[in-house]
Amino acid sequence: MTVASDRHRGRKPGAHIAVTGVSHRFRRNATYALTDVDFEIQPCEAVALVGRSGCGKSTLLHIMSGLTAPTKGEIRLDGALVKGPSPECVVMFQQPHLFPWMTVAQSVGLGLKFAGRPKKEIEARVHELLALVELDGYEKRNVQELSGGQQQRVALARSLAVHPEVLFLDEPFSALDLVTRRALQQDVRRIASEIGITLVIVTHDIPEAVTMADRAIVMAPNPGRIFDIVPIDLDDADRSERSAAAQAAQERLQKSFEGASGRSVELAAARLAGVETLRLAAAGQR
Amino acid sequence: MSAEAIDGAALAQFESEARARKVGDASRGAGFALIGLAVLLAVWWVGGKIIADNPATANFAGFAPAPTFEKLWEMLESGFAWRMTWPSLMRIGAGLAWAIAIGVPLGIVIGRFRAAREASSVPFQFLRMISPLAWMPIAVLAFPSWDRAIIFLIGVAAVWPILFSTAHGFRRIDPAWFKVGRNLGARPWHMLFTIIMPAIAQDALAGIRLAVGVAWIVLVPAEFLGVTSGLGYSINDARDALEYDRLAATVVIIGVIGFSLDWICERAIRKASWAREE
Repeated sequence: MTVASDRHRGRKPGAHIAVTGVSHRFRRNATYALTDVDFEIQPCEAVALVGRSGCGKSTLLHIMSGLTAPTKGEIRLDGALVKGPSPECVVMFQQPHLFPWMTVAQSVGLGLKFAGRPKKEIEARVHELLALVELDGYEKRNVQELSGGQQQRVALARSLAVHPEVLFLDEPFSALDLVTRRALQQDVRRIASEIGITLVIVTHDIPEAVTMADRAIVMAPNPGRIFDIVPIDLDDADRSERSAAAQAAQERLQKSFEGASGRSVELAAARLAGVETLRLAAAGQR
Repeated sequence: MSAEAIDGAALAQFESEARARKVGDASRGAGFALIGLAVLLAVWWVGGKIIADNPATANFAGFAPAPTFEKLWEMLESGFAWRMTWPSLMRIGAGLAWAIAIGVPLGIVIGRFRAAREASSVPFQFLRMISPLAWMPIAVLAFPSWDRAIIFLIGVAAVWPILFSTAHGFRRIDPAWFKVGRNLGARPWHMLFTIIMPAIAQDALAGIRLAVGVAWIVLVPAEFLGVTSGLGYSINDARDALEYDRLAATVVIIGVIGFSLDWICERAIRKASWAREE
């Protein structure tokens, strides 16, 4: 595996995350959404939580980010117990959830405003981040005037503005079209690696996991648990879906994914064929 | 980015077309408004004519448009119109200020806490259905001055639409906004002023607009009480003095101010509204 911390020098490395004995049960529910989840994420690593719906991957992400308190177990960020949400671990959701009355600049600077930073500093930081997400010159636009992909870029800039150590992504691009989605996946991985933060991605999309993550944690449902851990040991140049290495990685992950959901081999093959069609469609659109 | 540049050009063109359409709509709307106003005046004029021509009602000829506007001009010139309007505006302002100060925070609490909503639902609907004027005897007993009693009546009338609209606005807030806020490190006051207030502004103002309408209607009968100033008093006084032109002119003033207040509210709502037209 590419050791993530080698990639970044000169900035503080992203946080180490330790998940210990986490179980979670929703109020009044008899069954556990998660049982005895244990794993670690290295600083600056990019990890995908993969599984079918209902396997608790989203719940796990909410717990890791501090937005939900687990029924049992604990999360430690660089050794410190996570007790609630904080700008150190920011979450991006499937929808950008921008505040519709704000401009792009106000949206991106929001976390810094909450932190009471001076106006000048916020302005400079907003400028810097809009350049990073390739939205220079959009400062004064109302967020509702932007396309879905642009809105998600604003949400990304808003998340990164507060100097987080971990960026959690909860199926953040699934509402976008294929081309936009692929571009954002690559951009987020590149940006995370440039500024040196830990990345945790929840997804059910195998190619997305392969494009973005150094390692995939495959989860199984009923009750939600870790089924398998699949390393995705690729150079960034090989992460494009057309490369043989990426395809091999996708097939490996797909196999584990199907194993976790207990589906037959035929179905798995059918799904692989589906992935192939999707890939060709993507290639055709380019 | 080139695709976005094209998008930008298309957007600009679309916006200019939409603007052109809006200007067209506005001039057409103004045309219809003028026609409506002309019809109203015509009906008024015909009514005045019938009253003046009938010897049994000729004493009331002052109600017709011509004497009314003559008197109105005289009242405006002498400053009398302003002197009787000002106290009314002060009472409306004070009553609304109370209604907003109570209605908005209470609306937020009711929108936020289910228990508060369920506990308050029956009593509030009960109280809301009582005509504000029914409180009049109680208001007179409870407050040391007539002025304050009137302000209380206006407040009682105005608080309900503000309260219910605010609560409704709060319930429409996307719960994910709070999650995003917490995640970005928002403190409670940030939540209130940066997220909740802008999110509910439009609904709260819509409630205030309704409240202004109700308050303005309640004002006139409330000013029949004790006080010797204001538009309601002036109406009563004109009737007692048999000055029907003054009475009709006061009615015109009441209508014009009510219309203006509503227009101001509408502009404010449009300004606070963040939902874009599709």
